[in-house]
Amino acid sequence: MKILVPIKRVADPDNANKVRIGSGGQKIDTGNLEWKLNPFDEYALEAALRLNEDGKAPKTRLGEVVVVTLGPKEVETNLRSALATGADRALRIETSDEQLDGHLVALALKKVVEEEKPDLILMGKQAVDGDSNQVGQILAELLDYPMATFAATIKADARGLEVSREVDGGVAVVRLGLPALITVDLRIVAPTSVYSAQTDRSFKYNEGVRFAPLPAIMAAKRKKLDVKALGDLVSDGKLRTRYTEFAPPPERKAGKKVSSVADLVSKLANEAKVI
Amino acid sequence: MSEILVVAELAEGAVRKATHSAIQCARRIQQLVGGSFSILVLGGAGAKAAAGELTSFGAARILCCEDANLEHYLAERYAPVVAAAAQKFDVIVATASSYGKDLLPRVAARLDAAYASDCSDVISKGGQLSYKRPMFAGNAYGFCFLDTPKQVVGVRQSEFEAAQPSGGASPIEDLPLAAPGAAAQRIEFVSLDQVKSERPELAEARVVVSGGRALKDQFFQVIEPLANSLGAAIGASRAACDAGYAPGDFQVGQTGKVVAPELYVAIGISGAIQHIAGMKSSKTIVAINKDPEAPIFQIADYGLVADLFQAVPELVSALEARKKKS
Repeated sequence: MKILVPIKRVADPDNANKVRIGSGGQKIDTGNLEWKLNPFDEYALEAALRLNEDGKAPKTRLGEVVVVTLGPKEVETNLRSALATGADRALRIETSDEQLDGHLVALALKKVVEEEKPDLILMGKQAVDGDSNQVGQILAELLDYPMATFAATIKADARGLEVSREVDGGVAVVRLGLPALITVDLRIVAPTSVYSAQTDRSFKYNEGVRFAPLPAIMAAKRKKLDVKALGDLVSDGKLRTRYTEFAPPPERKAGKKVSSVADLVSKLANEAKVI
Repeated sequence: MSEILVVAELAEGAVRKATHSAIQCARRIQQLVGGSFSILVLGGAGAKAAAGELTSFGAARILCCEDANLEHYLAERYAPVVAAAAQKFDVIVATASSYGKDLLPRVAARLDAAYASDCSDVISKGGQLSYKRPMFAGNAYGFCFLDTPKQVVGVRQSEFEAAQPSGGASPIEDLPLAAPGAAAQRIEFVSLDQVKSERPELAEARVVVSGGRALKDQFFQVIEPLANSLGAAIGASRAACDAGYAPGDFQVGQTGKVVAPELYVAIGISGAIQHIAGMKSSKTIVAINKDPEAPIFQIADYGLVADLFQAVPELVSALEARKKKS
């Protein structure tokens, strides 16, 4: 099946505590942070590759995986690394990061879907910078596609996809007919989370995402990477969500160490008064 | 003036407590800019009875759509109903539970409305509503305006205390089912496996006890007695969930559940940024970890450097002994 994987670069989430609020509190300064691929998008790419393999050695590729992102020229680094990991083709939609909000991204991706006609759109449940968790759902509605958000497992068979979703208090299972959209949660890269229709159900993947071997990194430089202008896809680039101010979180006072369990119980009872 | 619509959330025919946080947000918006709020209850058989639970919260009306097609939650079937009901409203509010997070962006897209997810506060700036949202794993809060005629808002449950009944008797009005689009024809509900538990829900609990990877396969063996003793919900770090020691929906953190209980007890959790983002609003934080350098100690009110396999059973005995005395 043909799978479209929208990806986004984010400021290194492991250093999110180094996020600085710029002068006057009007913008976020990510200048001193490294850019990385949003981890959930890495998982979506891994799931897309698994869905398009047969689990045999050597693996046979069953369909095309196309990655797409919106951003300035620098984001091609992230597209190239996705190509090295195994995507077949890439598309960059030229824009600056400031000119985007979730709705506009979804509108642009809708155009890409109409042109590319993938069977499945597979993406991360949220980008860990804005933490909005919205583009997948908005895109699914704009396309009038069925969706499964927060996917923990995807099993393909002749009839479509069976997806288990992580929801409050448990697991919800839905069956999707194609074309459809899935947003993935953390557990999607566990060894037995994703199976194509051709992959034997006893096959176990390595935990986590795959890494690109050196020859693949070289080969990725020759893979096709197209560029389109945002304006060619969406005529009205007006933002609907307008951030005007940023503030740091309230500081927590540094706590104290207690010497023993008895000391802890006494402080919880007499000082914090929570037990 | 804003007309506000609160979208209620049902589970097994009853209103989930999460709904009360959305009502609280609606009341706040009402205070800020005036207007009134109504509540939409939608679901399968029993929805109307559930709507009866919400008539004393000061809503102008309770709109109720009870239909066999809504028996099992699917955004593809629910979003058209919410969007149809929302035609007469300016602000649509629901709690950012897994239900709200799934449903609201679809509703927003249907209404051509801007969406602010997981809001921790709402303020008025020059008469316009500005929504406060945690970003970058809670390391910054952004304030945003939604520049569309209608606005869709997800509410972070831990930041809006549950609304209490205010009396009165809101009238219940029937709302017809709105026809779903093509999307609904390609999705089918298969099952919903919910863990039955006597424990309070993670997002609503007064006390949360969370365990980390250090517990290994003794996760429940160690954590459960302490949770029982404190009447607590059980949470886990991402590492513990990924390793399979705890189920995925136990995860507390930026990408899991966000909690703000009276007391949060972190057992064998080092305190990665992503975990701290999910619990740092807790009133009192206790950390037990054998590594004195663990980052969790920087935000814990009370830190105990100890081997958890000894300290936790000792803590359980001390708590039980205290209970017997009182």
